[in-house]
Parts: sequence; structure tokens; C-alpha cells
Amino acid sequence: MVKAEGVHKSFGSIEVLKGIDLEVAPREVMCIIGPSGSGKSTFLRCVNHLEKINSGRLSVDGHLVGYREKGGKLYELRESEVAAQRRDIGMVFQRFNLFPHMTALENVIEAPAQVKGIRKEACRDMGATLLERVGLGNRIQSYPNQLSGGQQQRVAIARALAMEPKLMLFDEPTSALDPELVGEVLDVMRGLAESGMTMVVVTHEMGFAREVGDTLVFMDDGVVVEAGDPRQVLTDPQHERTKSFLSKVL
Amino acid sequence: MASDTTTRPAPPEQIQAVPVRHPGRWIAAAVIALLIAMFVHMLLTNPVFQWGFMFDNMFSPPVLRGARTTLIMTVLAMLLGILLGIVVAIMRLSPNPVVSGASWAYVWFFRAIPRIVLLFFCANLGALYGTYNIGIPFDHQLMSLLGLSGDLRFLGLDGNQIFTGFFAGLLGLTLSEAAYMAEIVRAGIQAVDPGQTEAASALGMGRGKTLRRIVLPQAMRVIVPPTGNETIAMLKDTSLLIAVPVTSELNFQLRAIGSRTFQIIPMAVASILWYLALSSLLMIGQHFIERRFSRGFGSRETRAQRSERAARTVGGSH
Repeated sequence: MVKAEGVHKSFGSIEVLKGIDLEVAPREVMCIIGPSGSGKSTFLRCVNHLEKINSGRLSVDGHLVGYREKGGKLYELRESEVAAQRRDIGMVFQRFNLFPHMTALENVIEAPAQVKGIRKEACRDMGATLLERVGLGNRIQSYPNQLSGGQQQRVAIARALAMEPKLMLFDEPTSALDPELVGEVLDVMRGLAESGMTMVVVTHEMGFAREVGDTLVFMDDGVVVEAGDPRQVLTDPQHERTKSFLSKVL
Repeated sequence: MASDTTTRPAPPEQIQAVPVRHPGRWIAAAVIALLIAMFVHMLLTNPVFQWGFMFDNMFSPPVLRGARTTLIMTVLAMLLGILLGIVVAIMRLSPNPVVSGASWAYVWFFRAIPRIVLLFFCANLGALYGTYNIGIPFDHQLMSLLGLSGDLRFLGLDGNQIFTGFFAGLLGLTLSEAAYMAEIVRAGIQAVDPGQTEAASALGMGRGKTLRRIVLPQAMRVIVPPTGNETIAMLKDTSLLIAVPVTSELNFQLRAIGSRTFQIIPMAVASILWYLALSSLLMIGQHFIERRFSRGFGSRETRAQRSERAARTVGGSH
């Protein structure tokens, strides 16, 4: 589903990603852990072209992200083509980024109605069903500032699902939440994983990574240090850096 | 159960303390009351005010027509100024340096020119060219290059006819207002969290849709209050239309009565009262517009939410 080969990304003179090689299979749940500044969020943002990579190849569902290859040459995609690519990739942000001037339901149906041009009534039904699915069927008319952080993040997940993505990206979805609200968001994500969604999750929730993740990736300083079965990486890390990181967070 | 209620601790005793005295407040109130009394006394006893004369004349038909012109001009100049201002603001934020440079130059130029100077200039555009043609630019040069004669102009307008009165005034005020509005709109757009644009992009929304559906509605919250200021300033600046001249405007009509009858003060007071009334009217409009764009930011419940909450409490009591 996602294939990264030698992905590099620099901001000015600072190299944030120093050659990432990763592969995510369909229906796989990959969790990425690592210290802050290790490049894990940047990598996630590269996958849906919110950041442009400087070198290497990155493809989603067999299509290069942000480029078209023709006769051995790369052509940048137009803005509208990039937007079309992103429709198949859902993203959930650390700070929710819900649209504050819209109700929960309006947040969820905005993209299907505006981008896919689905009729209002059909959208409403779908939106209500999705909000029901994340446990917010009784809050569809609430504005984001009337919801708790956990509820807002669940609306954000429903909003991303409304575009019926093939891949879901989670950028530290529980890091901005009060501890007692983390569980409700993780429950929704667990349900999503069980339904067979392909997911890449940047997280600090080791429990979630162990129970739900198929693969665990440890990144540090712009490289993948270690990747493998979560139970094995967490209990028997092979690299010194992984060991020292895990000893601090576990 | 009964023993429970008897053993419940008594509510804590309220604090009984002598409050701090504020003699300064009483002195200030007395001074202000005295000043108000002096002011009212002056209004009632000074014969120059001629209240009867003022009330007889401040609603005469030419004055009412003047008030209408002033209001229509204010609303039209603001509407066009806001639309043009949004365009200039979006140009300013464009990644294309030529487009954003042009926008910067527009604001630089039209903000520097006093409105009265700009209005005077617009009124005399008829002297710059006799007729204004719509067609292909540089058509004469183009045609001689191709070895042809004639021109490529489709529509000719007489400059002395179009750049008079109302239209010239509207043009000048709109151009000037757009420069100020562009800065206000830009500030509003930049005040919106960049995460909003990112979330919209991640959902596959294009730049135009993101701007129209996500960014501008949120920017409006920041844009509306200074725009209210601008509207009230515009109401007052319609009195500058005398530079065009547009004589059907409110202030000119009131002053005309004052000069004709030598009752300068009563008509000047009438002018003050008229502008007070009109700007109060505009402030009411601003209140409703602000409420519209603060959805999702205040704590007020909408009607749909009240019924939803009612349904929840009913459901919860089962």
C-alpha cells in the first residue's frame, strides 16, 4: 500500500529524513515510535504530500506521491491531481484541526459534499452513521468547542473516514489529550484496525502498538533504526538506541 | 436515612466584613453629574440653538433625499470595496511574486492618496480622455504592425458623462476603501490556524474551495469588527463627495439650509444628529453580522442543539 525507498527530506540545511525504506502491506497496521525530532511525523506528512520529499521514491497504492513518471522522467502533479491523490488517504492530526465554524456533522460531510459532490441527504445519512460508529451519534449538532478533546479527535477520525480512504495516517492522535480521554480514541482506532483498514500510526502509546500493531518501527535521527514484530521489538530490542529509548518510555 | 439528614454539617458561615470604601468613585460621579447639568443647561438656555427651527428643517425632502444618497453610497462603496479588497488580499498572499507585488503596489498607492484628492481626480477623468473605449489594448500599434488600418474597439463611452456625480464618487471611494479592506482581509486570513488549511488539503479539497469554505468563514470573525469601523468611517467620508461634486448628499443639504437661512448652528447640530442616527443603524447591522460569524466560537447553543440536548436528557432519564 505504501512503499518508501531512500526517502530524504531536508528543511533548509537540516536533514530530517536520511533515507527511509519502509513498506506497508494492505490491511497492515504500522506503528512508528521514536523520540521527538526523529522525523516520524515528517515522514507521515510526506506520505500525503503535505511535505515534498527531496530524493527517493514514495508511492501509495502503486502511484508515486506528487509526481507522474513518464519515459523515465518525473513530472510534478498539478494541484488538482495532488488533491485527487489525497482523497484516498485519510489523515488525523495531533491537534484535531476540526473546522470550528461547523458542527460535528458538517465537519464530517464537508469533504464528501464539496469534493465528491455527493447529495446533501445522502451525506447526512452517511455522516450520522459514521459519527454513530465513533460513538458520537448523540452529538452530531455540537460545535467542536462544545466537545471534549477525545470527542473532537473521534469526530476527526469520522471526518477522515467519510472520504472512504484506502489508507489512514495518524499523527500522534492521542498526544494532545488528557490521559483519561486517550482510551476512547484508541478504542475507535482498534475497531478501525479490526475492520481491515491499512493504518500508519505515529504514536507514543506502546500498549496500542503492541496489541493492535502488525509492525513496529523505531525511528531516530531521520533513519529507521529497527522494525519488526511489535512484541519482539518491545521486549527484545536489537539496537542500543532502541534499548535506551524503550528504557525511558516503558 | 433520617439520621443522615440530621448529621449533615451546617453550611459554612458567610463572612461578615466591612467593605472597602471608594470615595474617589463618589467624587468622580459628582464631577461628571455637574458637567452634564451644565451641558444640558446650555442646550436649553442658549437661544442660538433654535431647536424648533432645527426640527422643522432637518426632515425636509432634500435632506431626506440626501440621507438616502449617503446611505446608498456608503453601502455600495463598502460592498464593492470589500469585494475588491478580498481580491487584492488574496493576490497579496499569492506565491507568484508578480501578483503579490501588484497587490502591494495597489495598497501603497491608494492608501497614500487622501480621499478628497482621489475623488476630485475621479471626477475629472473626463478631461484625461474624451471617450473611454473598450477593446484590444495597443490596437493601433498592432494593426499597423499587421499592415492594416482601423482599430479594434467595440464600445465607446463619453468620459464627461460617466465620470460625473454619483459614479465618480463611487469609483473614488471604492478604490480607496479596497486598499484598507485588503489589509484587513489579509490580517483575517493570516489569523486562521494553518492546521485548518492542512486538514482541508488532507481531505482533498482544492485551494479555492479551502479558501471559500474553510479559511474565509473563520477569517470573517477577525475581519468584521474593523470592517464595522470602516463602514462608519465611510458613512462620514461621503461628506467628502462635495469634491466631485455630488450635491445630493446629506451634509451638503443640511449646510445649504444653514447658509440660506443664516441658521448655521441649528443645521450643524442637525448634521451631528443625523450622522449619529445613521451610524447607530449601521452598528445594529454589525451586531447581527458578528453573531453570524461567531458560530462555533462562543458558548451559545443553537436551536438544533437545544432540541438535541433535550432529547438526550429525556433519553437519559429512562
